[in-house]
Amino acid sequence: MVQQLDTLQESASQTAGPYVHIGLMPSYTGNGQIYDSELGYSPIEEGAEGEIIEIVGEVIDGTGWTLRDALIESWQPDASGKFAGQEGADPKVSGWCRFAADAETGEFTLRTVKPGKVALRGGGFGAPHISLWVVARGINIGLQTRIYFEDEDNSEDPLLKRIEQRPRVETLIAKKEADGKYRFNIRLQGEGETVFLDI
Amino acid sequence: MTHPLARLQADQGPLIPRNREIHPVPYDPGYKTSVARSPNQPLLAMESGLSEETGPTFGHSAFGQYDNNLILNWNRGAAPAIGERIMMHGRVLDENARPVRNTLVEIWQANAGGRYRHKKDGYLAPLDPNFGGCGRTLTDENGYYQFLTIRPGAYPWPNRGNDWRPMHIHVSVFGHSFGQRLITQMYFEGDPLINLCPIAKTVKDRASLDRLVAPLDMAHSRPLDYLAYKFDIVLRGRRQTMFENRIEGM
Repeated sequence: MVQQLDTLQESASQTAGPYVHIGLMPSYTGNGQIYDSELGYSPIEEGAEGEIIEIVGEVIDGTGWTLRDALIESWQPDASGKFAGQEGADPKVSGWCRFAADAETGEFTLRTVKPGKVALRGGGFGAPHISLWVVARGINIGLQTRIYFEDEDNSEDPLLKRIEQRPRVETLIAKKEADGKYRFNIRLQGEGETVFLDI
Repeated sequence: MTHPLARLQADQGPLIPRNREIHPVPYDPGYKTSVARSPNQPLLAMESGLSEETGPTFGHSAFGQYDNNLILNWNRGAAPAIGERIMMHGRVLDENARPVRNTLVEIWQANAGGRYRHKKDGYLAPLDPNFGGCGRTLTDENGYYQFLTIRPGAYPWPNRGNDWRPMHIHVSVFGHSFGQRLITQMYFEGDPLINLCPIAKTVKDRASLDRLVAPLDMAHSRPLDYLAYKFDIVLRGRRQTMFENRIEGM
């Protein structure tokens, strides 16, 4: 018998369930009277430096059906690549947003500032990206992924370089539809399945 | 120019890789909705970077007087919710057993009859006019949190022929980094429906599931008022960065 390690084990995840919006975005369900202000309403305040962009997309299941109940959180740095709390970060960029698929159409919109390149451990910088965390009924553990941008140089990003099946890289790249407008769909399963991360 | 990572503090090292064996399986035919919503491809493994090691912080100023009191928060104290009054309390720690301070804990749940305040919940149990079903708080300096609420009812759901959810409270915890983000559920000691529930059964490791079952805690109950249930939560820890002057990295 060896001695015990003194580390604890992480609590198990459970599905966010069908009514996750009651808890995390009460005004979405018409229960907005509980809190004076809701958290994560926008990742930026008026006056944030950099290009303001809009990313529109859908979360699609293995049957090709768009989820109506997905809730997503995003986390990103400011236009210069600094995260809130880091020295010199833009005070108008909290970097965190909570948003939901539309209950009728399933489409989500993230309005934010385009992120800058992110510092890597060991030096150098990764391509600009936004981190996402996706939950919904039936997703037993929250799915992590990233949004990159087709109009940026993604060739040296260590995460993208690590994807062995090169066509799958495309699943992480938002397509530009107009100035400041991008589309990013998330496919949970099957053909074109989004690359999800084990970080 | 100094590389931005050079300024990070010792507690912002890489996250300990997730032990997925203690988490639910993503694909579980017993929980039918997971069938079309679980990835088929393996997840892409990667050491955490700044995007996962940083995260939002929350200030006390965003919170109201009743935010962690679900018995009173729906109508700001005008009338209490109906049901068995309980206190849910516990501590948020990381895998290194360090308290996770000042972090956001949010909960949501059905009312005492087992019905959610949501237009898509058509269960025949009545809505309680004095119960909204959500609350939020921050952990204190030592990682402790508490909520006053009503014990939620069990309820049936359309999965297989006759499935019922055990009594449960959904719990969302932030931690200090985006990579620690976790949604889990608190179940109640002694509930016979836990062993029948397809969602609870997505966790294949019994010890891991048992850690989601809160024991009745008479020591923290208040006579003639409420029973207490204790629910501790563990988030991912960080590998500690080695420093020459503090070799243990703490």
